[in-house]
Amino acid sequence: MFAFTLRRLLYAVPTLLVISFIIFALLDLSPGDPTANLPLTIPADVREQIRISLGLGEPFVIRYLLWLQQFFINEPLNILERMTGWTIGDSENRMRVISWQTRSPVVDLIAERMPQTLWVVGMSYVVGILIAIPVGVICAYKQYSLFDQFGTLFAMIGFSVPTFFTGLVLIVIFSVNLGWLPSIYDTNLRVTSFETFWLQVKQMIMPVMVLALANAAQIASFMRASMLDNLSQDYVRTARAKGMKERTVLLVHVLRNSLIPVVTVIALGIPSIFSGAIITEQIFRVNGLGQLLITGIQGADLPLVQTLTFIFAFLIVAFNLIADLVYGILDPRIRYE
Amino acid sequence: MSDAAIPAPQAVDAPQRSLWGDVWRQFRMHRGAMVGMVIFGLILFAVIFGPALYGVDPQFIDPRARNALPSWAHPMGTDNIGRDIFAQILQGGRVSLAVGITAMLLALFLGTLIGVLAGYFRTLDGFLMRTTDLFLALPILPLLLVIIMLFRDTLRAMFGPETGIFLLIVFIIGITSWMQTARIVRGDVLALKEREFVLAAKSIGTPPSRIITRHILPNVLSPIMVSATLGVANAIITESALSFLGLGFPSDFPTWGRLLFDGANFMTLTPARVIWPGLAISLTVLSVNYIGDGLRDALDPRIRGR
Repeated sequence: MFAFTLRRLLYAVPTLLVISFIIFALLDLSPGDPTANLPLTIPADVREQIRISLGLGEPFVIRYLLWLQQFFINEPLNILERMTGWTIGDSENRMRVISWQTRSPVVDLIAERMPQTLWVVGMSYVVGILIAIPVGVICAYKQYSLFDQFGTLFAMIGFSVPTFFTGLVLIVIFSVNLGWLPSIYDTNLRVTSFETFWLQVKQMIMPVMVLALANAAQIASFMRASMLDNLSQDYVRTARAKGMKERTVLLVHVLRNSLIPVVTVIALGIPSIFSGAIITEQIFRVNGLGQLLITGIQGADLPLVQTLTFIFAFLIVAFNLIADLVYGILDPRIRYE
Repeated sequence: MSDAAIPAPQAVDAPQRSLWGDVWRQFRMHRGAMVGMVIFGLILFAVIFGPALYGVDPQFIDPRARNALPSWAHPMGTDNIGRDIFAQILQGGRVSLAVGITAMLLALFLGTLIGVLAGYFRTLDGFLMRTTDLFLALPILPLLLVIIMLFRDTLRAMFGPETGIFLLIVFIIGITSWMQTARIVRGDVLALKEREFVLAAKSIGTPPSRIITRHILPNVLSPIMVSATLGVANAIITESALSFLGLGFPSDFPTWGRLLFDGANFMTLTPARVIWPGLAISLTVLSVNYIGDGLRDALDPRIRGR
């Protein structure tokens, strides 16, 4: 197990390096000019100086290596310093990845946006899982029943109907026609009293439910398939033959075994919490990471887009690794050598 | 007793059965798949022949009927400059479906090629599968947005506004969605390669290219067909998502996603502008997914026997 973990970790390093290179190169090849949005009255030589001050004077390789250094060494050191209060080396003059649009460090921007995304999208994932697991279990246990028919139809709909449509339909119904829920997420809302808490709940219901439906559909169909696989196994018959209560058979024996693959599916889906909610954030005007990426792309803010995209890629690689390891821990039949 | 003396009456009486006949029989049993097929057929028909039958120019601007609610003259109402929504949806469906199908074909071609090469030639396996893993680790939607943003203007200048963006979208959806097909095909090819008929073909000196086209490819057709349906659904959703974020086709070249994006700003005034394009996307994807579900059951010999 340890050797396997180590091997996978070592393998993740070149993967991430290649991905970072692809992302960096792709963005760097772009024909867009970051000074193009500046007023046309700026003389050409001043414009050139602005370009140099943005770090565009260096050759490609140097910029790539600098970015790697900033991303992998400087920023983690900064975070460590902030968390512990230590000072490591010359922290005042340490180079940081600076956003071209706002002239502030990219990591600070991301830290600003992170809570909204985590709160809304993370909550939707939790809600999705809480809906999906019981639905999947009941659908599998009562296969071909009316509940199962509805459950699978529901899963198919949640799987097929894009979030940008469900989101807009909910807005049309609950914000426009009924006027019950706000359609715009207000980040400045501070929860201080019961009223503000209720407002917070109200503005979170729609984005959370839209994403939860999409997540639940996927997890529920996995849960159902996994339960069906296990329900026909011999150990279930043995457990029933021993005279166990149906409840124990289902919820202790079958559920625990069926959850193993589902847990890995859940782990694999976590990176999409961060990157997959771009559309939902856009619909409900949640100013999270997804919206930051969109504004970065629209403003041709290369450092911001490079860093964000790479963080998404990093999360995917990390959670792939975690899913593999979790599978090995949960299922004693799997032995990595 | 000679062999010729034994008649085979059952064989004469029994109806002719072929593999595809069996598949079709099983497919018809799947209610969802049949409904999906009918709906998808209707949508295809409407999109192909609809613009000609309906006869209203989707670009015709009628300034006296701006933001009209659904009526006999405009079954789905009009938009903020007075264009007919129904005509735009019929027209937009052409683009959406064309993107979906072309991108799926490209992804399928790439996936099958890489899967077969990786499965059949052991020397290529390691490299190709590492590449597949690498592509799977890329954050697709952010990358798609970035690529479109970067190369939109270049391609527009090269091929014109519509063809350029069409090629770009089809190309990037295609090259970012072949990985699952490649993995499934590789797995199947690895198993097939060890079978006797491949050994027999090899021992009579068939070159690898002939083995692949004559013996391997027909046998991996079923997983490819299933991933084709999933690919269409996925490509339509991705294209709509890109258009919805404002990074797809230009506004005067409607697709379902673009109509939804444009309609979202007017949804308090004319909710029909949001409902119909969204419904068109959802119904198409739902029906394609059901067809895929039915195909998977029909092509799986373990289920078909039952």
